[in-house]
Amino acid sequence: MTRRRRRLYILLLCAIGLGSATALTLTAFQDNLVFFRSPSDIAREMPPPGRAFRLGGLVEAGSVERQGTTAEGRPTIRFRVTDGVSAVSVVFAGVVPDLFREGQGVVTLGVMSPDGVFRAREVLARHDETYMPPEVADALKRSGHWNPSQGAAPPAATWNTLEPGRPARSGT
Amino acid sequence: MLQSGAATPYTKAVESAHPSSPLPRTGSTLHRFANPGRFLRLTESWLPWLTGAALLVLGAGAAWALWFAPPDWQQGETVRIMYVHVPMAWLAMGGYAGLAVLSVMSLIWRHPLADLAARELSPIGAAVTALCLVTGSLWGRPMWGTWWVWDARLTSVLVLFFLWLGHAALVRAFDDPERGARMGAILALIGVINLPIVKFSVDWWNTLHQPASITRLNSPGMHVDMLYPLLVCTLGFTLAFMAVVLAATRAAVMERRVRALQMAAARRADAPQMQSAEP
Repeated sequence: MTRRRRRLYILLLCAIGLGSATALTLTAFQDNLVFFRSPSDIAREMPPPGRAFRLGGLVEAGSVERQGTTAEGRPTIRFRVTDGVSAVSVVFAGVVPDLFREGQGVVTLGVMSPDGVFRAREVLARHDETYMPPEVADALKRSGHWNPSQGAAPPAATWNTLEPGRPARSGT
Repeated sequence: MLQSGAATPYTKAVESAHPSSPLPRTGSTLHRFANPGRFLRLTESWLPWLTGAALLVLGAGAAWALWFAPPDWQQGETVRIMYVHVPMAWLAMGGYAGLAVLSVMSLIWRHPLADLAARELSPIGAAVTALCLVTGSLWGRPMWGTWWVWDARLTSVLVLFFLWLGHAALVRAFDDPERGARMGAILALIGVINLPIVKFSVDWWNTLHQPASITRLNSPGMHVDMLYPLLVCTLGFTLAFMAVVLAATRAAVMERRVRALQMAAARRADAPQMQSAEP
């Protein structure tokens, strides 16, 4: 066994050891590394009262109510966050990000009040992996393939193609 | 373990079987680039072409991305940050994979050229990762509503940035450059663990950062009018990255040669004095 080969084996052994240690650690952390909890998680297991956590999901269609301003002049907004199974009411006083709309993914940070309303002190919009020009979005909306307030865009295969000869299967 | 100097019957037999091999075999193509002289000669002719191609592609990509590509239906013009952010993120990870390959070559084959290239690569990799973080932050403020969150993707890319910085600092921290290179290579290889974490963080855990758009090539989640300029920009930035790393490595090789020549000259200049002082 040459010195070079021995170094190669030592390196491989270290890689296997380090790799399996990391894999085990990450598996153990699987449930603790969540950035936000979904309304279904809340329905299954209510977090302890008074403890701040993040609630994430889609803004339910037709649930957004703007309720004037607070004494300090901050706009108050009330909406429901849903994951399709459960929904949680959220109240927030402040300016929501540009991307905030019905059907958009949001992540809110706050505490659950005893009446079951989530009092958020921060609302972040979540962008999904869809990128499309306004004309494509308009065409999809006009043809009834997609209502943005109901959630994510339809599968990319219906509006996007890499083959110039074949038009995308959207109903334009 | 056989002692190389010990003349056991076995080594004698091996020596007699290969009477005319005084040097170790350097047959593989990898080793052809190990010679710094050959590296300098080869890259001297490559570098102008690489630089020209990088400028050309980057110019075309920038014009396409900034003027001709459509805005996004909900992000508006802010989507154009993506044409810098995504190539920087890919280069930060691809460059780190390159650093890992150089580190393996350095640890197993003790390539001096791999040491030099790794040493020159890490500050550039750190700069690229910093650009990825800064452009992401500039996009996040108007779109998400925050400059920064501690989700799995953002945090793991921050760790990648610290790994680049740590490598750059560690290889320069030793008086003996060879020792520094070895320590840096070990750090770089431990850090490879972070690469799959960065890549799959958005799939394994829920994060604020969106999942990858370009996963399947037949139907990516990004419209082709934005995808093609992004691919051109990525090619341009990659060529520019390679050109900068190559130029820096060439400079480092030449710097080391100059230092070696100066040392030799100083020794020659000292030699007669020492003789005259001795008598």
